[in-house]
Amino acid sequence: MSGLTPSQTVGPYFAMRLPWPDGPYVVPEGSPGALTIAGRVYDGAGNVIPDALIETWQADPDGRFAHPDDPRGASPSGYAGFRGFGRCQTAPDGSYRIVTLKPGPLPVLTGEGDIEAPHLDVSVFARGLLDRVVTRMYFPDELAANAADPVLCSVEPARRATLVAVAEPEGHLRFDIRLQGERETVFFDV
Amino acid sequence: MTVSASTPQSVRTRTAEQADAGLLVLPSYQRPAAGVHPPLDFEGYRSTALRHPKRPLALLPHRLTEVTGPLLGNDLITPTDADLTTQRGGEPLGQRIIVTGRVLDSGGRPVPDTLIEIWQTNAAGRYRHSREHHPAPLDPNFDGIGRCITDAGGRYRFITIQPGAYPWGNHYNAWRPAHIHFSLFGRAFTQRLVTQMYFPGDPLLPLDPIFNSVPDERARQRLIAGFDIELTQPEWALGYHWDIVLRGREATVFE
Repeated sequence: MSGLTPSQTVGPYFAMRLPWPDGPYVVPEGSPGALTIAGRVYDGAGNVIPDALIETWQADPDGRFAHPDDPRGASPSGYAGFRGFGRCQTAPDGSYRIVTLKPGPLPVLTGEGDIEAPHLDVSVFARGLLDRVVTRMYFPDELAANAADPVLCSVEPARRATLVAVAEPEGHLRFDIRLQGERETVFFDV
Repeated sequence: MTVSASTPQSVRTRTAEQADAGLLVLPSYQRPAAGVHPPLDFEGYRSTALRHPKRPLALLPHRLTEVTGPLLGNDLITPTDADLTTQRGGEPLGQRIIVTGRVLDSGGRPVPDTLIEIWQTNAAGRYRHSREHHPAPLDPNFDGIGRCITDAGGRYRFITIQPGAYPWGNHYNAWRPAHIHFSLFGRAFTQRLVTQMYFPGDPLLPLDPIFNSVPDERARQRLIAGFDIELTQPEWALGYHWDIVLRGREATVFE
Protein backbone atom coordinates (compact mmCIF):
# COMPACT_ATOMS: atom_id res chain seq x y z
CA MET A 1 0.00 0.00 0.00
CA SER A 2 1.35 3.41 -0.92
CA GLY A 3 0.13 6.63 0.62
CA LEU A 4 -1.97 8.87 -1.59
CA THR A 5 -0.66 12.14 -2.92
CA PRO A 6 -2.77 14.91 -1.36
CA SER A 7 -4.77 17.38 -3.41
CA GLN A 8 -3.73 21.04 -3.60
CA THR A 9 -5.62 23.97 -5.06
CA VAL A 10 -5.52 24.56 -8.81
CA GLY A 11 -4.74 28.20 -7.90
CA PRO A 12 -5.39 31.33 -9.94
CA TYR A 13 -3.07 30.59 -12.87
CA PHE A 14 -4.23 27.24 -14.24
CA ALA A 15 -5.41 29.00 -17.38
CA MET A 16 -1.79 28.94 -18.54
CA ARG A 17 -2.08 25.23 -19.18
CA LEU A 18 -5.41 23.56 -18.56
CA PRO A 19 -7.96 25.13 -20.91
CA TRP A 20 -7.81 23.78 -24.46
CA PRO A 21 -9.25 25.69 -27.42
CA ASP A 22 -11.64 22.81 -28.11
CA GLY A 23 -12.04 21.85 -24.43
CA PRO A 24 -15.71 22.84 -24.17
CA TYR A 25 -16.56 20.70 -27.19
CA VAL A 26 -17.40 17.18 -26.09
CA VAL A 27 -18.57 16.92 -29.69
CA PRO A 28 -17.76 19.36 -32.48
CA GLU A 29 -20.22 22.24 -32.59
CA GLY A 30 -22.97 21.54 -35.10
CA SER A 31 -22.84 17.76 -34.61
CA PRO A 32 -26.27 16.16 -35.00
CA GLY A 33 -28.07 16.32 -31.66
CA ALA A 34 -25.51 18.67 -30.10
CA LEU A 35 -26.81 20.61 -27.12
CA THR A 36 -25.30 23.42 -25.10
CA ILE A 37 -25.02 23.40 -21.33
CA ALA A 38 -24.22 26.80 -19.89
CA GLY A 39 -24.26 28.32 -16.47
CA ARG A 40 -22.45 30.42 -13.92
CA VAL A 41 -20.44 29.54 -10.85
CA TYR A 42 -21.17 31.51 -7.66
CA ASP A 43 -19.49 31.88 -4.28
CA GLY A 44 -21.12 32.15 -0.86
CA ALA A 45 -21.66 35.89 -1.21
CA GLY A 46 -23.55 35.37 -4.45
CA ASN A 47 -20.69 36.75 -6.52
CA VAL A 48 -19.65 35.06 -9.73
CA ILE A 49 -16.39 33.12 -9.74
CA PRO A 50 -14.34 34.23 -12.72
CA ASP A 51 -11.46 31.81 -12.21
CA ALA A 52 -13.01 28.35 -11.96
CA LEU A 53 -12.49 25.36 -14.18
CA ILE A 54 -15.42 23.08 -14.98
CA GLU A 55 -14.90 19.52 -16.20
CA THR A 56 -17.62 17.14 -17.33
CA TRP A 57 -17.61 13.38 -17.91
CA GLN A 58 -20.52 11.38 -19.30
CA ALA A 59 -21.77 8.39 -21.25
CA ASP A 60 -22.58 8.53 -24.93
CA PRO A 61 -26.22 8.71 -26.12
CA ASP A 62 -26.49 4.93 -25.78
CA GLY A 63 -25.36 5.06 -22.14
CA ARG A 64 -21.94 3.58 -22.94
CA PHE A 65 -18.34 4.58 -22.30
CA ALA A 66 -15.28 4.13 -24.52
CA HIS A 67 -13.33 2.69 -21.60
CA PRO A 68 -12.06 -0.79 -20.65
CA ASP A 69 -14.12 -0.82 -17.45
CA ASP A 70 -17.31 -0.51 -19.44
CA PRO A 71 -17.37 -4.07 -20.74
CA ARG A 72 -19.74 -3.02 -23.50
CA GLY A 73 -17.36 -0.27 -24.72
CA ALA A 74 -18.43 2.63 -26.90
CA SER A 75 -21.48 2.31 -29.09
CA PRO A 76 -20.73 0.41 -32.26
CA SER A 77 -22.85 2.91 -34.17
CA GLY A 78 -20.35 5.53 -33.09
CA TYR A 79 -20.81 9.21 -32.48
CA ALA A 80 -18.30 11.11 -34.57
CA GLY A 81 -15.95 13.19 -32.51
CA PHE A 82 -17.61 12.38 -29.19
CA ARG A 83 -15.06 12.15 -26.37
CA GLY A 84 -17.24 12.23 -23.25
CA PHE A 85 -15.02 14.80 -21.61
CA GLY A 86 -15.54 18.57 -21.50
CA ARG A 87 -13.43 21.29 -19.93
CA CYS A 88 -14.19 25.00 -19.74
CA GLN A 89 -12.80 27.82 -17.62
CA THR A 90 -15.25 30.41 -16.39
CA ALA A 91 -15.28 33.84 -18.04
CA PRO A 92 -15.07 37.16 -16.14
CA ASP A 93 -18.87 36.93 -15.66
CA GLY A 94 -18.52 33.48 -14.06
CA SER A 95 -20.02 31.70 -17.05
CA TYR A 96 -18.99 28.45 -18.67
CA ARG A 97 -20.33 26.53 -21.65
CA ILE A 98 -20.10 22.91 -22.78
CA VAL A 99 -21.31 21.53 -26.11
CA THR A 100 -22.21 17.87 -25.94
CA LEU A 101 -24.68 15.09 -26.74
CA LYS A 102 -27.28 14.02 -24.26
CA PRO A 103 -26.09 10.84 -22.55
CA GLY A 104 -28.31 7.79 -22.41
CA PRO A 105 -29.50 6.21 -19.19
CA LEU A 106 -27.05 3.79 -17.58
CA PRO A 107 -28.16 0.18 -17.34
CA VAL A 108 -28.02 -2.04 -14.30
CA LEU A 109 -24.76 -3.90 -14.77
CA THR A 110 -24.02 -4.97 -11.27
CA GLY A 111 -27.37 -6.11 -10.02
CA GLU A 112 -27.37 -3.30 -7.51
CA GLY A 113 -29.91 -0.51 -7.48
CA ASP A 114 -31.76 0.94 -10.38
CA ILE A 115 -31.15 2.31 -13.81
CA GLU A 116 -29.43 5.68 -13.60
CA ALA A 117 -31.05 8.63 -15.31
CA PRO A 118 -28.99 10.47 -17.94
CA HIS A 119 -26.41 12.60 -16.14
CA LEU A 120 -23.00 14.23 -16.30
CA ASP A 121 -20.43 14.05 -13.53
CA VAL A 122 -19.09 17.58 -13.00
CA SER A 123 -15.86 18.62 -11.28
CA VAL A 124 -15.20 22.20 -10.16
CA PHE A 125 -11.68 23.47 -9.55
CA ALA A 126 -10.77 26.99 -8.42
CA ARG A 127 -8.51 29.14 -6.34
CA GLY A 128 -9.85 28.71 -2.81
CA LEU A 129 -10.83 25.09 -3.43
CA LEU A 130 -8.15 22.91 -1.85
CA ASP A 131 -9.69 19.88 -3.52
CA ARG A 132 -12.06 19.62 -6.45
CA VAL A 133 -15.74 19.47 -5.66
CA VAL A 134 -17.93 17.04 -7.57
CA THR A 135 -21.57 17.32 -8.51
CA ARG A 136 -23.91 15.79 -11.05
CA MET A 137 -26.12 17.39 -13.69
CA TYR A 138 -29.43 15.77 -14.58
CA PHE A 139 -31.83 16.66 -17.39
CA PRO A 140 -35.12 18.51 -16.85
CA ASP A 141 -37.02 16.47 -19.47
CA GLU A 142 -36.38 13.16 -17.64
CA LEU A 143 -38.92 13.45 -14.85
CA ALA A 144 -39.67 9.73 -14.55
CA ALA A 145 -36.05 8.62 -14.89
CA ASN A 146 -34.90 11.26 -12.42
CA ALA A 147 -37.53 10.16 -9.92
CA ALA A 148 -36.12 6.63 -10.06
CA ASP A 149 -32.44 7.55 -10.13
CA PRO A 150 -30.66 6.00 -7.13
CA VAL A 151 -28.21 8.86 -6.64
CA LEU A 152 -30.77 11.62 -7.00
CA CYS A 153 -33.09 9.73 -4.65
CA SER A 154 -30.34 9.59 -2.03
CA VAL A 155 -30.35 13.39 -1.83
CA GLU A 156 -32.81 15.16 0.44
CA PRO A 157 -35.82 16.14 -1.70
CA ALA A 158 -35.58 19.88 -1.05
CA ARG A 159 -32.08 20.00 -2.52
CA ARG A 160 -32.52 17.77 -5.58
CA ALA A 161 -33.40 20.71 -7.81
CA THR A 162 -29.81 21.97 -7.52
CA LEU A 163 -28.76 18.92 -9.56
CA VAL A 164 -31.25 19.36 -12.41
CA ALA A 165 -30.51 21.72 -15.29
CA VAL A 166 -33.12 24.26 -16.40
CA ALA A 167 -34.36 24.35 -20.00
CA GLU A 168 -33.98 27.88 -21.33
CA PRO A 169 -36.26 29.32 -24.02
CA GLU A 170 -33.23 29.87 -26.25
CA GLY A 171 -32.79 26.10 -26.41
CA HIS A 172 -29.81 25.53 -24.16
CA LEU A 173 -29.72 24.03 -20.70
CA ARG A 174 -28.71 26.20 -17.76
CA PHE A 175 -26.79 24.59 -14.92
CA ASP A 176 -25.61 27.08 -12.32
CA ILE A 177 -23.26 25.94 -9.57
CA ARG A 178 -23.33 27.55 -6.12
CA LEU A 179 -20.37 26.59 -3.98
CA GLN A 180 -22.00 27.93 -0.84
CA GLY A 181 -25.10 29.74 0.35
CA GLU A 182 -28.81 29.29 0.62
CA ARG A 183 -29.13 27.39 -2.64
CA GLU A 184 -25.81 25.60 -2.32
CA THR A 185 -25.41 22.90 -4.97
CA VAL A 186 -25.31 19.33 -3.73
CA PHE A 187 -21.72 18.10 -3.85
CA PHE A 188 -20.63 14.51 -3.58
CA ASP A 189 -17.94 12.61 -1.78
CA VAL A 190 -16.65 10.57 -4.69
CA MET B 1 -10.37 -17.86 -7.62
CA THR B 2 -9.11 -16.48 -4.34
CA VAL B 3 -11.09 -14.81 -1.64
CA SER B 4 -9.38 -12.06 0.29
CA ALA B 5 -9.27 -12.93 3.96
CA SER B 6 -10.16 -9.37 4.88
CA THR B 7 -13.24 -9.23 2.68
CA PRO B 8 -16.42 -9.03 4.71
CA GLN B 9 -18.64 -12.03 4.21
CA SER B 10 -21.55 -9.91 3.01
CA VAL B 11 -19.48 -8.48 0.18
CA ARG B 12 -18.21 -11.86 -0.89
CA THR B 13 -21.68 -13.29 -0.93
CA ARG B 14 -23.15 -10.43 -2.89
CA THR B 15 -20.35 -10.54 -5.42
CA ALA B 16 -20.63 -14.27 -5.74
CA GLU B 17 -24.35 -13.96 -6.33
CA GLN B 18 -23.72 -11.38 -9.01
CA ALA B 19 -21.23 -13.64 -10.74
CA ASP B 20 -23.70 -16.51 -10.56
CA ALA B 21 -26.35 -14.31 -12.09
CA GLY B 22 -24.04 -13.42 -14.98
CA LEU B 23 -23.90 -9.81 -13.87
CA LEU B 24 -20.73 -7.80 -14.07
CA VAL B 25 -18.60 -6.79 -11.14
CA LEU B 26 -17.54 -3.18 -11.49
CA PRO B 27 -14.35 -2.06 -9.79
CA SER B 28 -14.66 0.22 -6.82
CA TYR B 29 -12.01 2.72 -5.77
CA GLN B 30 -10.67 3.16 -2.27
CA ARG B 31 -11.88 6.24 -0.46
CA PRO B 32 -9.04 8.40 0.87
CA ALA B 33 -8.13 8.02 4.53
CA ALA B 34 -8.95 10.98 6.75
CA GLY B 35 -6.26 13.64 6.79
CA VAL B 36 -4.77 12.95 3.36
CA HIS B 37 -6.64 15.64 1.46
CA PRO B 38 -7.05 19.17 2.77
CA PRO B 39 -10.39 20.24 4.22
CA LEU B 40 -12.38 22.49 1.92
CA ASP B 41 -12.75 25.02 4.74
CA PHE B 42 -9.29 26.07 5.91
CA GLU B 43 -9.00 29.25 7.91
CA GLY B 44 -5.37 29.94 7.02
CA TYR B 45 -6.19 30.15 3.31
CA ARG B 46 -8.52 33.10 3.00
CA SER B 47 -10.04 32.28 -0.37
CA THR B 48 -11.64 29.13 1.01
CA ALA B 49 -14.02 31.22 3.15
CA LEU B 50 -16.67 31.88 0.50
CA ARG B 51 -15.82 28.98 -1.77
CA HIS B 52 -16.28 25.90 0.39
CA PRO B 53 -19.59 24.04 0.54
CA LYS B 54 -21.05 24.19 4.03
CA ARG B 55 -23.42 21.28 3.66
CA PRO B 56 -22.01 17.80 4.19
CA LEU B 57 -21.01 16.01 0.99
CA ALA B 58 -23.36 13.27 -0.17
CA LEU B 59 -21.83 9.85 -0.73
CA LEU B 60 -21.55 8.99 -4.42
CA PRO B 61 -21.38 5.25 -5.08
CA HIS B 62 -18.87 4.15 -7.71
CA ARG B 63 -20.87 3.29 -10.76
CA LEU B 64 -20.07 3.35 -14.46
CA THR B 65 -19.59 7.11 -14.71
CA GLU B 66 -17.19 7.10 -11.76
CA VAL B 67 -15.08 4.04 -12.64
CA THR B 68 -14.52 5.23 -16.20
CA GLY B 69 -12.82 8.44 -17.26
CA PRO B 70 -11.29 10.24 -20.21
CA LEU B 71 -8.30 8.40 -21.68
CA LEU B 72 -6.66 11.36 -23.34
CA GLY B 73 -3.91 10.34 -25.65
CA ASN B 74 -0.85 11.21 -27.59
CA ASP B 75 -2.79 13.32 -30.06
CA LEU B 76 -2.59 16.10 -27.47
CA ILE B 77 1.17 15.94 -27.11
CA THR B 78 3.94 17.48 -29.18
CA PRO B 79 7.60 16.46 -28.77
CA THR B 80 8.61 19.66 -26.98
CA ASP B 81 5.77 19.50 -24.43
CA ALA B 82 7.86 17.70 -21.80
CA ASP B 83 10.89 19.97 -22.20
CA LEU B 84 9.98 23.43 -20.94
CA THR B 85 13.48 24.72 -21.76
CA THR B 86 13.16 24.35 -25.53
CA GLN B 87 9.66 25.66 -26.24
CA ARG B 88 10.86 29.11 -27.28
CA GLY B 89 13.69 30.35 -29.45
CA GLY B 90 16.35 30.55 -26.77
CA GLU B 91 17.31 29.10 -23.43
CA PRO B 92 15.37 30.27 -20.38
CA LEU B 93 17.21 31.75 -17.42
CA GLY B 94 17.51 29.81 -14.18
CA GLN B 95 18.58 26.50 -12.77
CA ARG B 96 17.86 23.68 -15.21
CA ILE B 97 16.17 20.70 -13.50
CA ILE B 98 14.85 17.27 -14.40
CA VAL B 99 11.64 16.21 -12.62
CA THR B 100 10.77 12.57 -13.00
CA GLY B 101 8.95 9.78 -11.23
CA ARG B 102 6.13 7.33 -11.54
CA VAL B 103 2.38 7.60 -11.32
CA LEU B 104 1.14 4.71 -9.19
CA ASP B 105 -2.09 3.70 -7.57
CA SER B 106 -2.31 3.06 -3.87
CA GLY B 107 -1.86 -0.65 -4.50
CA GLY B 108 1.55 0.14 -5.98
CA ARG B 109 0.53 -0.56 -9.56
CA PRO B 110 1.81 1.82 -12.27
CA VAL B 111 -0.76 4.03 -14.00
CA PRO B 112 0.27 3.91 -17.67
CA ASP B 113 -0.76 6.12 -20.60
CA THR B 114 -2.19 8.91 -18.50
CA LEU B 115 -1.97 12.61 -19.26
CA ILE B 116 -0.01 14.88 -16.91
CA GLU B 117 -0.25 18.65 -17.29
CA ILE B 118 2.03 21.05 -15.41
CA TRP B 119 2.40 24.80 -14.99
CA GLN B 120 4.79 26.92 -12.95
CA THR B 121 6.53 30.27 -12.51
CA ASN B 122 9.80 31.15 -14.19
CA ALA B 123 13.06 31.42 -12.25
CA ALA B 124 12.06 34.88 -10.98
CA GLY B 125 8.78 33.68 -9.50
CA ARG B 126 6.59 35.10 -12.27
CA TYR B 127 3.76 33.29 -14.03
CA ARG B 128 2.99 34.01 -17.65
CA HIS B 129 -0.64 34.94 -16.98
CA SER B 130 -2.63 38.08 -17.71
CA ARG B 131 -3.82 38.50 -14.12
CA GLU B 132 -0.38 38.06 -12.56
CA HIS B 133 1.10 41.39 -11.45
CA HIS B 134 4.10 40.40 -9.35
CA PRO B 135 6.83 42.90 -10.31
CA ALA B 136 9.33 40.25 -11.38
CA PRO B 137 10.51 39.90 -14.96
CA LEU B 138 8.93 37.61 -17.52
CA ASP B 139 11.37 35.40 -19.38
CA PRO B 140 10.80 35.56 -23.14
CA ASN B 141 12.20 32.05 -23.39
CA PHE B 142 9.96 30.42 -20.77
CA ASP B 143 6.23 29.76 -20.83
CA GLY B 144 6.19 27.48 -17.80
CA ILE B 145 3.74 24.91 -19.20
CA GLY B 146 4.23 21.24 -19.99
CA ARG B 147 2.46 18.00 -20.78
CA CYS B 148 3.36 14.37 -21.09
CA ILE B 149 1.83 10.90 -21.07
CA THR B 150 3.13 8.26 -18.68
CA ASP B 151 4.80 5.24 -20.27
CA ALA B 152 3.88 1.59 -19.73
CA GLY B 153 5.60 1.68 -16.34
CA GLY B 154 3.76 4.82 -15.25
CA ARG B 155 6.92 6.93 -15.65
CA TYR B 156 6.99 10.59 -16.60
CA ARG B 157 9.86 13.03 -17.11
CA PHE B 158 9.98 16.80 -17.49
CA ILE B 159 12.93 19.08 -18.12
CA THR B 160 12.31 22.56 -16.77
CA ILE B 161 13.68 25.45 -14.71
CA GLN B 162 13.64 25.68 -10.92
CA PRO B 163 10.58 27.84 -10.21
CA GLY B 164 10.82 30.84 -7.89
CA ALA B 165 8.92 31.86 -4.78
CA TYR B 166 6.38 34.67 -5.18
CA PRO B 167 4.30 36.90 -2.92
CA TRP B 168 0.54 36.50 -2.67
CA GLY B 169 -1.98 38.56 -0.81
CA ASN B 170 -3.25 35.96 1.60
CA HIS B 171 -1.69 37.59 4.68
CA TYR B 172 1.08 40.03 5.55
CA ASN B 173 4.39 39.06 3.89
CA ALA B 174 2.90 35.89 2.43
CA TRP B 175 5.17 34.04 -0.02
CA ARG B 176 4.38 30.80 -1.78
CA PRO B 177 7.19 28.26 -1.65
CA ALA B 178 8.52 27.27 -5.07
CA HIS B 179 6.24 24.66 -6.60
CA ILE B 180 5.08 23.05 -9.81
CA HIS B 181 1.34 22.51 -10.38
CA PHE B 182 0.41 19.00 -11.56
CA SER B 183 -2.89 17.83 -13.05
CA LEU B 184 -3.53 14.10 -13.52
CA PHE B 185 -6.41 12.02 -14.83
CA GLY B 186 -5.53 8.45 -13.96
CA ARG B 187 -7.84 5.89 -15.57
CA ALA B 188 -11.10 6.77 -13.81
CA PHE B 189 -13.11 9.81 -12.77
CA THR B 190 -12.43 8.84 -9.16
CA GLN B 191 -8.68 9.18 -9.70
CA ARG B 192 -8.61 12.75 -10.99
CA LEU B 193 -6.05 14.78 -9.04
CA VAL B 194 -4.76 18.34 -9.13
CA THR B 195 -1.85 19.00 -6.80
CA GLN B 196 1.45 20.82 -6.35
CA MET B 197 5.02 19.52 -6.07
CA TYR B 198 7.39 21.28 -3.69
CA PHE B 199 11.17 21.26 -3.26
CA PRO B 200 13.13 19.84 -0.32
CA GLY B 201 14.52 22.20 2.28
CA ASP B 202 12.41 25.19 1.24
CA PRO B 203 12.27 27.54 4.25
CA LEU B 204 8.85 28.79 3.16
CA LEU B 205 7.16 25.41 3.54
CA PRO B 206 6.43 25.71 7.28
CA LEU B 207 4.83 29.10 6.65
CA ASP B 208 2.62 28.20 3.70
CA PRO B 209 -1.09 27.67 4.47
CA ILE B 210 -1.75 25.79 1.24
CA PHE B 211 0.99 23.21 1.88
CA ASN B 212 0.00 23.01 5.55
CA SER B 213 -3.68 22.56 4.76
CA VAL B 214 -2.95 18.83 4.46
CA PRO B 215 -3.72 17.57 7.97
CA ASP B 216 -1.64 14.41 7.95
CA GLU B 217 2.07 15.15 8.37
CA ARG B 218 3.23 12.11 6.40
CA ALA B 219 0.84 12.89 3.57
CA ARG B 220 2.11 16.48 3.50
CA GLN B 221 5.69 15.27 3.16
CA ARG B 222 4.63 13.29 0.08
CA LEU B 223 4.16 16.63 -1.72
CA ILE B 224 7.92 17.28 -1.53
CA ALA B 225 10.16 15.93 -4.28
CA GLY B 226 13.48 14.31 -3.43
CA PHE B 227 16.78 15.61 -4.76
CA ASP B 228 18.53 12.73 -6.51
CA ILE B 229 22.20 12.84 -7.46
CA GLU B 230 21.67 9.76 -9.62
CA LEU B 231 19.17 11.64 -11.75
CA THR B 232 21.37 14.71 -11.81
CA GLN B 233 23.24 15.03 -15.09
CA PRO B 234 26.86 16.19 -14.88
CA GLU B 235 27.51 19.67 -16.25
CA TRP B 236 23.84 20.03 -17.14
CA ALA B 237 20.88 19.73 -14.74
CA LEU B 238 19.82 18.83 -11.18
CA GLY B 239 17.55 15.81 -10.79
CA TYR B 240 14.43 15.59 -8.64
CA HIS B 241 12.35 12.50 -8.08
CA TRP B 242 8.64 12.64 -7.31
CA ASP B 243 6.16 9.76 -7.39
CA ILE B 244 2.46 10.53 -7.50
CA VAL B 245 0.00 8.10 -5.95
CA LEU B 246 -3.62 8.02 -7.09
CA ARG B 247 -6.46 6.10 -5.51
CA GLY B 248 -6.35 2.37 -6.14
CA ARG B 249 -9.11 -0.14 -6.52
CA GLU B 250 -10.57 -1.95 -3.60
CA ALA B 251 -9.16 -5.43 -3.28
CA THR B 252 -11.13 -7.57 -5.68
CA VAL B 253 -12.84 -10.65 -4.39
CA PHE B 254 -12.25 -12.67 -7.54
CA GLU B 255 -8.75 -12.66 -8.99
